[in-house]
Formats: sequence, structure tokens, C-alpha cells
Amino acid sequence: MVIGLAHYLTLAAILFTLGIFGIFLNRRNVIVILMSIELMLLAVNVNMVAFSVWLGDLSGQVFTLFILTVAAAESAIGLAIMVVYFRNRGSIAVEDINSMKG
Amino acid sequence: MIIQALAFYLFAAVTVLSGAMVITARNPVHSVLFLVLAFFSAAGLFLLIGAEFVAMILVIVYVGAVAVLFLFVVMMLDIDFAELRTGLLRYAPIGALVGIVLLIELVVALVSWKGASEATANLAVPTPPASTTQNAVAIGELIYTHYAYLFQAAGLVLLVAMIGAIALTLRQRPGVRRQKIANQNAVQPADVAEVRKVASRGGI
Repeated sequence: MVIGLAHYLTLAAILFTLGIFGIFLNRRNVIVILMSIELMLLAVNVNMVAFSVWLGDLSGQVFTLFILTVAAAESAIGLAIMVVYFRNRGSIAVEDINSMKG
Repeated sequence: MIIQALAFYLFAAVTVLSGAMVITARNPVHSVLFLVLAFFSAAGLFLLIGAEFVAMILVIVYVGAVAVLFLFVVMMLDIDFAELRTGLLRYAPIGALVGIVLLIELVVALVSWKGASEATANLAVPTPPASTTQNAVAIGELIYTHYAYLFQAAGLVLLVAMIGAIALTLRQRPGVRRQKIANQNAVQPADVAEVRKVASRGGI
């Protein structure tokens, strides 16, 4: 019944898979895709903290802070781009975003 | 020990269930609220293994800033979410396939993984014992010394993100009459008022 590293890693794997599945499931809705990315980053953070605690190395928790910083910046920029796109096109459907053909 | 295990299973179950609700909820506002619940229970999990500072930062940054930002955007934009949900199940099988393959790969990697025996001897920064140094104190002593440059770089990332978000969403609408306080203050009486001598019984 002792909670070990494997429990946390399993939880993180399930969360990460949920994030991937969310991207496929809601692939027309940018907001939910961004939320799925946040879920995946949360899973990564769980992994980082679990390894940090079980190895007794504090740098894992410091890197969790940096991951959090980048996640916050990413969602801010992503949402800003989405707001601008919605203002121009009146929709956020992903398949409409093909006017900039590469 | 049994209480710790029960708390872990409770928090883990709430995290996974609310994560599932995030991606399946019909209403995006509910998705955001389930995201908040997932972050809260993940913070509980972090508390459980003694990473208090990260847990508190998770609540403050994610729940207080990122989730509220999502909530603002979801509620401010007039998006037809019902239209966005059409064809939802068309991609569910391929998504489930990719998810299951990924989960199997992760489980295989986890089962066959064995930590290197010398890993505990090569720690970058050994955690000070919790009895003498609190978690937040230890992290603070670390990020201001050993990771000072990375800490500055993280601040720079946030600054660039802030400037970028403002520059992207700022717009000057044409045809909007704004108050210009400098012009108002610079007005002289001679510019706007004229004194005329009006003859008696005569108009202007």
C-alpha cells in the first residue's frame, strides 16, 4: 500500500495520454486544444516532481518552475493569437486556418 | 501510511476524472472549471510528496492566472461551440488508437525501466533534510544562486510573452472619437469664445 514512484509515473502517463486524446477529440476547437496542452504539461510536471523527490535532488522542482513559466507564456500568446484570429475571421475552427498555405 | 495512500488515490482519481472531463465536456466553461479542479488535485498530490512550494505555485499561477485567462477568453468571444463540436466522433477512433499506443509505450518503458544505481550519487543539488530547511527556503536559496541566469531567462520569457500578447491584441479602431486631455487643457478662451458687440434691438 506504500505509494511509490511508479504510482506517480503511472498517473502522469494517464494524464499525458488524456492530453493527446483531447487534441484528437477536439481538433476543431483551439481553446480545448490549448487546455489539452496544459494537461500534458501538468503530467510532465508531475513526472519532474516525483523524480525530484524520489532521487532527493531539488533541481527537478526548480525545473518544474521553469516549465510552469513557459506554459503560462505559451497559453498567454496562444490565447492572444486566438483572439486576434477570431476578430479577423469570426471563427476559431482549426480547419479554417489554411489561408496561409505554406 | 494508509491515510497517505488513501489521499493519493483520492487526488489521483479526481485529477484523472477531471482531466477526462476537460476534453469531453460539452461547454468550454465547464472544461475550464474542470481544468481548475485538475490543477487543484495535482497541487494536493505535490503536497503529499513534500513539494509544497511547487504546489502553491501551481495553485497561484495555473488556477489564479492561466485558468482565469482561459475563462476570460471563453466567455468574451462569441464562439459557436455547438458548431465546433460537429464531427467530434469522426476523429475519436484515431485519437483513441494513438492514445492507447502511447499509453502502452509509456507503460512498457515504465515497467522495463530501472534507475541507474549511480544516479543517487550524481545529484546536481541534493535536497537538504526537511527537518532543517523548509522546501520553499531550499528552492529560494537555489534559484537565486545556482540557477540565477535561468531564473532571469524565465523572467525574460514572461516579459516577451506579455509584450507579445499586448502587441497582438492592441488595436486602434478608426472613427472612434477619444478624449484628448492635452488638447482640452491647451484650449485658450480666444479659440472657442468670441465676444461681440450686439447693437440694441438688433440681432447678430
